[in-house]
Amino acid sequence: MLLTTLMIGLVLGGTYALVALGLSMQYGIARIMNLAHGEFMIAAAFCAYVLFNGAGLPPLVTLLIALPLGYGLSWLVYSVMMHPLVKRAPNRGQLEADSILATFGLLFILQGIMLLVFGSDFTSYSYLNHPINLWGTNIAANRLVAFIVSLTLGLGLYVLITRTRWGATLRAVALSPASAPLVGIQVDKVARQAFAIGGSLAAGGGVLVSMFVTFSAAGGVVFTMKALIVVIMGGTGNLMGAIIAGLALGIIETFVTSYIDPGLSLASVYILFIIVLLWRPQGLFGTARS
Amino acid sequence: MVQKLLKPLLIMGGGAGLAAAPVVLSEYALGFMVSVMSYVTLATAWAMFSGPTRYISLATVAFYGTGAYTVAVLSETLPYPLVLLTALAIGVVLAAFVGMATLRLAGIYFVVFSFGLAELVRQLITWFEVNVTGTLGRYIFLPFETQHIYWQLLALAGFTIGLGAWIRRTRLGLAPKVIGDDEVVAAHSGIALARTKVMLFVVSAALMTLAGAIQSPRWVYIEPGIVFNPTVSFLTVIMALLGGAGRLWGPTLGVIPLMVLFEWLSANFPDHFSILLGALFILIVFLLPNGVLSALEGWMKSAKGQSNGKTIEEAQT
Repeated sequence: MLLTTLMIGLVLGGTYALVALGLSMQYGIARIMNLAHGEFMIAAAFCAYVLFNGAGLPPLVTLLIALPLGYGLSWLVYSVMMHPLVKRAPNRGQLEADSILATFGLLFILQGIMLLVFGSDFTSYSYLNHPINLWGTNIAANRLVAFIVSLTLGLGLYVLITRTRWGATLRAVALSPASAPLVGIQVDKVARQAFAIGGSLAAGGGVLVSMFVTFSAAGGVVFTMKALIVVIMGGTGNLMGAIIAGLALGIIETFVTSYIDPGLSLASVYILFIIVLLWRPQGLFGTARS
Repeated sequence: MVQKLLKPLLIMGGGAGLAAAPVVLSEYALGFMVSVMSYVTLATAWAMFSGPTRYISLATVAFYGTGAYTVAVLSETLPYPLVLLTALAIGVVLAAFVGMATLRLAGIYFVVFSFGLAELVRQLITWFEVNVTGTLGRYIFLPFETQHIYWQLLALAGFTIGLGAWIRRTRLGLAPKVIGDDEVVAAHSGIALARTKVMLFVVSAALMTLAGAIQSPRWVYIEPGIVFNPTVSFLTVIMALLGGAGRLWGPTLGVIPLMVLFEWLSANFPDHFSILLGALFILIVFLLPNGVLSALEGWMKSAKGQSNGKTIEEAQT
């Protein structure tokens, strides 16, 4: 029982980590606080559901479509909506406020469209739903696959960003958008890419989550909240921190829901958040900022 | 001289006219006015904190719902004024706790926390009701008719605007403006950053809690899912922004056109409500970043400026 809970928590945490990684790219590099992040995720989950039920397409194939589609759509959102705000903002604080407000509006638009198309019921589908025996515990195959794919994607991105030249330009913009142009980096282009990658990860996370979780059109907000908390717990802009914090959050949430009460999933997350805020405001893995 | 006398007279006359409104208005129109007064309170209270500090609070409904739910729990056991006082106290404690945990840090922590606060409170109340008291969903039987609720809310809205006007003239009101412009300068000129922010947040949250508490008898049946409706937070922000969160009368001015619009939208496009609302919200952020009042003033300034030249500067002050 204990081991099963731990495994399920780890799997859930894997997808949290992936979605939070996306948010971290958007906030840490593109400086956009995207409150509609979870809506992108739910939209991808519905895509997977429709393609699976309608065309018999397995979610892993949908994933190959969702990643580039998420990238393209987020690229468009950045170009149309965020870019004018970035140009207008005199300082970072103003951009933060403007982007929060604009994406707050986007949240309601996307949620409204999904409510209109799919209704407010909870949805799920059954794919790879047979148990696999792992170290004496049974875990559904779909959870295992989702976990492996999300960790591969997350760690792959981490390696790209920490080990390649392209990753170095991203980190340069994250560190200091004012000095990056001095070494020939096009900040605008990099920010756009980072925002689009963030959206791509949200879409990927949505497809993976849809394989083993019931979801609804109004459920994006809760995913956004958890992703935001993971980003802050991991330390703003710290990708490895976000991965570890995501996994930890998944485990803690699963323990609370299975041993205490399923209704307290968000409460457990928030209590953890408060403890982190009071104890290490810079995040578990962040470095102190002035 | 005349202008100095005119303003209080206008406000008093307007207040008296609004107080007499239940005599002429139909039940439906009065219900609409109840919502207007409630949102005037919420939007003005929101702007009291978020306007000058530029910390966007998405937690309005957390306090509003707490107020409403407190009345639902206590209305049978305590006399009404005590119920309101208890609601107020709970709102103050909740806001102080949230403020002290988040407002010492960068603004983003506060936004993230406020984003989920309503959902958190809703989950905790639901859990408590299901596991401890065993009653999810409560009835409120208070001997109030619509006009009684209307008068209470009118008084609260008036008080909120008055308080807003008063705070603007005190050190407490000036401090957040400096904080909003530049935190470093504020800290160097001896402003206690965290204490100022927490105090303003608590005052604003207390007013929101009272608005929820007073309006709660209108529902009759209350459930956590009903009173913690995230649309309330959303509408409050959009109204305050439309009018201009930096102005005393800005939020009030934003409430009236938007309430009319929402009433029309929810009657004619109930399924598209949130899509249209979201689009409108984005438009306001893009086109009127400082609200209608500032935009109007800007236009008038440029129009007058062409004909009168420099005299505008003097007329303004």
